[in-house]
Amino acid sequence: MVYDVIVIGAGVVGCATAMELGRLDVKAAVLERDDDVCTGASKANSAIVHAGFDPVPGTLMAKYNVLGSRKMRALCRELDVPFNMCGSLVLCFDREDMPRLQALLDRGVTNGVEGLRIVEGEELRALEPNVSPEAVAALWAPTSAILCPFELTAAMAENAARNGVAFFFNSGVTGIERREDRWVLTTPAGVFEARAVVNAAGICSDELHNAVGGAPLTIRGRRGEYCLLDRKVGSLVRTTIFQLPGRLGKGVLVSPTVHGNIIVGPTADDVDDKRATETTAKGISSLLSAARRSVPSLPRGKTVTSFAGLRAHLVREEHDFVLGPVDGAPGFFDAVGIESPGLTAAPALGEYLAGLCGNYLNAAPRGDYRPGRDRVVRLREMSFEERAALVAENPAYGQIVCRCEGVTEGEIVDAIRRSPGARSVDGVKRRTRAGMGRCQGGFCLPRVLEILSRELGVPMTELTKDGGAPLLTGSLREEGEA
Amino acid sequence: MTTHDIVIVGAGPAGLAAAIGAREAGAQDILLLERDGEPGGILNQCIHNGFGLHTFNEELTGPEYARRYIDRVNELGIPIQTGTTVLDISPDRVLTCTSRENGFEQIRAGAVILCMGCRERPRGAMDIPGSRPAGIYSAGTAQRLMNIDGFMPGKEVFIMGSGNIGLIMARRLTLEGAVVKGVCNRSAYSSGLKRNVVQCLDDFGIPLMVRHTVTEIHGRDRLEGVTVSEVGEDKKPIPGTEQYISCDTLLFSVGLLPENELSEQAGVELDAVTGGPTVDDRLATSVPGVFACGNVLHVHDLVDFVSEEAARAGAAAARFVRGETVSSGRRVSLRGRNGVRYSVPQSVDPDTMPEELTVRFRVADQYLGCYLSCYVDGVRVSHKKKRIMTPGEMEAFVLRREMLGNDAREVVFCVEEA
Repeated sequence: MVYDVIVIGAGVVGCATAMELGRLDVKAAVLERDDDVCTGASKANSAIVHAGFDPVPGTLMAKYNVLGSRKMRALCRELDVPFNMCGSLVLCFDREDMPRLQALLDRGVTNGVEGLRIVEGEELRALEPNVSPEAVAALWAPTSAILCPFELTAAMAENAARNGVAFFFNSGVTGIERREDRWVLTTPAGVFEARAVVNAAGICSDELHNAVGGAPLTIRGRRGEYCLLDRKVGSLVRTTIFQLPGRLGKGVLVSPTVHGNIIVGPTADDVDDKRATETTAKGISSLLSAARRSVPSLPRGKTVTSFAGLRAHLVREEHDFVLGPVDGAPGFFDAVGIESPGLTAAPALGEYLAGLCGNYLNAAPRGDYRPGRDRVVRLREMSFEERAALVAENPAYGQIVCRCEGVTEGEIVDAIRRSPGARSVDGVKRRTRAGMGRCQGGFCLPRVLEILSRELGVPMTELTKDGGAPLLTGSLREEGEA
Repeated sequence: MTTHDIVIVGAGPAGLAAAIGAREAGAQDILLLERDGEPGGILNQCIHNGFGLHTFNEELTGPEYARRYIDRVNELGIPIQTGTTVLDISPDRVLTCTSRENGFEQIRAGAVILCMGCRERPRGAMDIPGSRPAGIYSAGTAQRLMNIDGFMPGKEVFIMGSGNIGLIMARRLTLEGAVVKGVCNRSAYSSGLKRNVVQCLDDFGIPLMVRHTVTEIHGRDRLEGVTVSEVGEDKKPIPGTEQYISCDTLLFSVGLLPENELSEQAGVELDAVTGGPTVDDRLATSVPGVFACGNVLHVHDLVDFVSEEAARAGAAAARFVRGETVSSGRRVSLRGRNGVRYSVPQSVDPDTMPEELTVRFRVADQYLGCYLSCYVDGVRVSHKKKRIMTPGEMEAFVLRREMLGNDAREVVFCVEEA
């Protein structure tokens, strides 16, 4: 299969790049190792749109953080992705640390972050009523936001797909070589050729970079564990609350999510295995205690689930992204070491990387570019009348499948029929939230499997949780029995 | 908006019996709402026998037990609207519902009976570290997959927690050819019924590992095994006692939680111990006209007791809509102490309560040869020796109105050594 451009990796950066490539008159494809978009670090992170006061001025991280942060609100509106500019606070617990809080503000100003202010006392409590009485001041960043990273990634992929970008799943690149003016990529799904390649392979991006002969890079997974708390306690925080890094470590964040939960995390531990997304007893138990330093009223026993993601952390002196052309590898463009603020930076990184491909290929803009994506039905956000009208039109929107999150059969069918659509239980969960609530799929799993089987025309016993081995191991029915 | 005298949320064992109870007490306009496609609730997936010993004096399967009540409801002409999920109940008893057939609608109820049942505590709530592969289910989900949908959830199974569903599933999986490697349990005794331990584990040689818990989950795509550790007196895993058990499936049977999201929307006050509404002797919640029974009120171990309780809730709702509810305004609170975790009901009206009222509760630990005592305002009115009391088996006490006298304020149930 021959393409003008191939993007390796369907995480948030790969999908942002694919979306931008959709604006160009090029034949583009995305190759993804896993069964779906958004399966690596893009799905397991803080879900924060960072304002941009944290990266060191002058770095690519600083530049693309601020650019991405400025693009994100409009992008989320265009693609109908849940987004909330709730602002963030960096708490300072010790008067002696105030100069460091001020330094953070100065850094943000240098990076071009707008609206930063130091708040104290009543103003701080007004912004965040449940903040610890021990907090003496905080850096307020009004442009900090939260979003749904699954939906952002899926939405960008859907926009790319409607503009002609092809997606191939279960197609991890196992070999790459230069042949004449093209790159030849070997995958389990076949051989692909392209004149330009974008390396958005996340945790494995160093391996691809090294395979094409760039100055060697090494990524080590830096694991971050998180706990997600029940929506019942979701109103305890309004803003994303960080802790000023200090003697007690980097601290953890406490943040609302766009779905009304509270997320607490992350830890930071370097691991050798690039798929080691296991949580640890130490990690989980440390998180809540650390979070209660910021918000003492956070209750115990309200964890809905815990999970971990791996940051694609580059092992080297310089803490920055590696972006763009690689010496001696024409048409090969890197996005290596994309860790925080990678999610925030993604839209800007996609624009930059697609631009590099476009220039390299002398590509013209696509004449029939279509913005946005197919409409997303969000019953939970509708008025009674809107909802009644919709159910009258399509009764599948009247059938609740996931009782905890109130997700209907119609919404699940939509998620499967989108392109690229859900093909696994977790694919449905990421797109619709079915199974993400307090019972964690206990009631809806069998129903979701049934709908997947019917919509995809795949036997129940071949369906997966998230790619890989089948979930059910056999049928109890006799041959031929309905 | 349609209007009904009594709307019952859930047509499982509680809802069905409540409907019958309401009709037998004279209510005419009753509507049962059921989110599933069929009435019967969780009984439909409980294809083992052992139901109905108290009510019918015979051993029925879950679907057979449910069928008796469904038939009776049909005979009485009480409508059951299936495929209908209630999304909201307002404090003034307007229910917002959604279904394929009736669409998005609102129903005003003269009285509401909450019969939503309970759900299982999932893995996520347990803080068990490790990976998140395929092959991890709560026991009831596996039961539904096998008994309703007809699929095997796995081949080599380990079960964490010895709740009744886990025990039943150990036997069920074994009978269908799976290898059940063991069941572990944090406490020193099973949290399920004794008869289930004997009939589902002992009879099949499945080990019950008491004072053990799963401390790590292994496997990326599919579960490959679990680490199981011994638990010390402090209920924490003891380092050095870890053992690896290979399995492709892990079931959780670690407790049931009354499902009261709707009750909370209606403003119903909940009991922190039971997780269900606080009710009086009429099974009335803190919101006028809203009643509760069955597992949404407190988790039962025998469906017979659910049916009995629900019939009383139905009758009370019928009296409420007729305006016959008389209250003296006096209230005696009922509570557990010293080993008795809670009491249902949480209060009685000493003037209007029945002559005899069965109060139910659970104990906090296993007690051998201890006494179950009842105090009224500090005076012991009952003191009965019990061979064994255990958290897995619900206890009952028959409170007689005469025990309360004229000015009682508080009844306390407790465990005493002598």
